[in-house]
Amino acid sequence: MKRVFGGIDIGSLTTKVVLIDEKMSILSGQIIYTGYDGIHAAHEALERALSEARLKQEEIQGIVATGYGRHLLDFAHKAVTEITCHALGALYYYPNLRTLLDIGGQDSKAIGVDPGSRRVTNFRMNDKCAAGTGRFLEVMAERLRLDMERMIQLALDAKEALEISSLCTVFAETEVVSMVAQGKPIGEILRGLHMAVINRVYPMLRDVGIKPDVVMTGGVAKNKAIVRLLEERLKLKVFVPPDPQLTGALGAALIAMNTSD
Amino acid sequence: MFGQVRYWALKELFIPLLRTYEAKRRGSRPRKGSLPLSSNRVLKGLIMSHYYLGRYAKGVLPVAWVTSGAPVELLRPFGFYTIYPENHSALCAAQKMGGGLCLVAEERGYSKDLCSYAKIDLGVFFSGRTPVGRLPKPDLLFASNNICGTVLYWYRVLSKEYSIPLIVFDTPFNYGPLRQEDLDYMLDQIEEIIEKLQRISKREFRMERLIKTMRLSKATCELWQEILNTMKQIPAPATIFDIFSHMLPIVSLRGLRSAHSYYQVLYWELLQRVRDKVSPLSEERIRLLWDNIAIWYKMRDLSELMMRHKANLVGATYTNAWAETIVHMDPTRPFESLAKAYSLVILNNNLYHRLELIRKLATEFKVNGVIMHSARSCKPYSLGQYDIKRILQERYNLPCLILEGDIADERYYSDEGNKTRIEAFLESLI
Repeated sequence: MKRVFGGIDIGSLTTKVVLIDEKMSILSGQIIYTGYDGIHAAHEALERALSEARLKQEEIQGIVATGYGRHLLDFAHKAVTEITCHALGALYYYPNLRTLLDIGGQDSKAIGVDPGSRRVTNFRMNDKCAAGTGRFLEVMAERLRLDMERMIQLALDAKEALEISSLCTVFAETEVVSMVAQGKPIGEILRGLHMAVINRVYPMLRDVGIKPDVVMTGGVAKNKAIVRLLEERLKLKVFVPPDPQLTGALGAALIAMNTSD
Repeated sequence: MFGQVRYWALKELFIPLLRTYEAKRRGSRPRKGSLPLSSNRVLKGLIMSHYYLGRYAKGVLPVAWVTSGAPVELLRPFGFYTIYPENHSALCAAQKMGGGLCLVAEERGYSKDLCSYAKIDLGVFFSGRTPVGRLPKPDLLFASNNICGTVLYWYRVLSKEYSIPLIVFDTPFNYGPLRQEDLDYMLDQIEEIIEKLQRISKREFRMERLIKTMRLSKATCELWQEILNTMKQIPAPATIFDIFSHMLPIVSLRGLRSAHSYYQVLYWELLQRVRDKVSPLSEERIRLLWDNIAIWYKMRDLSELMMRHKANLVGATYTNAWAETIVHMDPTRPFESLAKAYSLVILNNNLYHRLELIRKLATEFKVNGVIMHSARSCKPYSLGQYDIKRILQERYNLPCLILEGDIADERYYSDEGNKTRIEAFLESLI
């Protein structure tokens, strides 16, 4: 019988599930909105992942939970923080990973990794503030009535970035509104907004030490403008794994496999 | 006259009864999985009697409000009843009253960014709300800027509101070793302070009383040092949260017989635990050092979180602050001792001193890492932590975690974020 392991990442915005087999092949990955009930979302995502992989829950040998809701799941065998899980998930694709940036819906983390021992050596998390997270860009997109894809494209196409000086999401929103009222080019405003996220996370990266390979994970890693601007700022290639949102759940599944032996 | 009879009757008859009752009473629900010290009950009686007796001290004894770093030994020969607003603020915070009392001060126009000990104290002043019933009104305020500059402004407000004198002991910051001119400057101040205290208390200064106080104070600090030393054992006989909650006597009752007697009880209990290899943890897998003031409203949660991960905080630069300058205390030279012991404390010293102190404690306590509480309230303590962390990690391979929070205002603490930070840090140490 095939040995299967699961990782469940209950994040502030989305809940992710990854199932792997004993050869570390990914059998299934699911992302759904967490909503108001993290436990329900975890069950739902797990069921979808199981049906995609044509498996039954009894066939899973070990489950590790991560993310903000990691302590909610009574059927998980272990709870591990998303910091450790993202590091292991990113190492799966990039074994020379040394610096990891994870920007999720509600927080951003810079993580220093020692690829030899596969351990987290240092990390920084954003404070109690949404600036520099996915939520910051979402708020702006909603305000400007743009969908995310369009917003990213406009930012990429702009040649210049206008400076958004405020560090606070709410104040930055006001700043953007006044720029729009002044008739400033929207592309430059949007590029400036993306730069504001980079400026917010850059000191955290500096603090943990910026060493190649640099990898970015979390939902915001899907934002091509953020990745491009980050590469320009760091003057380094920034690697993004396939399905960067699933990295935490993948790391959790890998821990489940390693601890069940 | 009635006040005096009442005070002495309470002190000599009621308080001993209260303390005996508290010591024998069963304690409240212990922390999950924790092993409470039986000394806790004796401590509770001591704290209760300190604040209870304080209610009736006004008019019988001169009352002074004192900062935690002021040379209180100078007040003892004059018989002052001393209250420590910082300690009282910590007590309010532990009762989860901190945020509410800060709000009272903020409503009066005091900035949100002020130290929460100060805001709570001003909140108590404006609202009269305190978990100890009532604080005695001070006749004198005694502050030293060896811990921060905020205390001067805070105590000036109190001085204006109560219309009472404020005595300040000014300790020049030590960028390097203590300079002779700074020492002379402090010795001059001590002589001036004594003159003022004679006028305010209407009592004569007697040197032999000060020497006696100094002896007792030194002995208490030495006992405190021994208590901290028990935590060097593997496994440690208690947690740093236990030690934090036993700080009131060393801070507020320093130089009094009651503090010394209490620590004999606590020391004895810890020694027995060391002898029997008793630990509050089922297994002590990780040993950690704490930097900065405690997070008073999170003691139980943090303690439980540590225990779940088989991690124990065994030492702290904070608790060490009342033991680190013992070497400078020579009771036969009281003035010079006070100047040295109070100006060479951690917060009046340079960052290199801090770095070396953390390294020394980390080695002595055999820790795997350091948790640095970056306290919004306490700038002098929090400033430089990022640099110290970087040096400790890069040069000495000592893992460090910085935890953003506040000492007494729970509104500045992000529970989920910090839980993730601590758990991720512990995962990286296993």
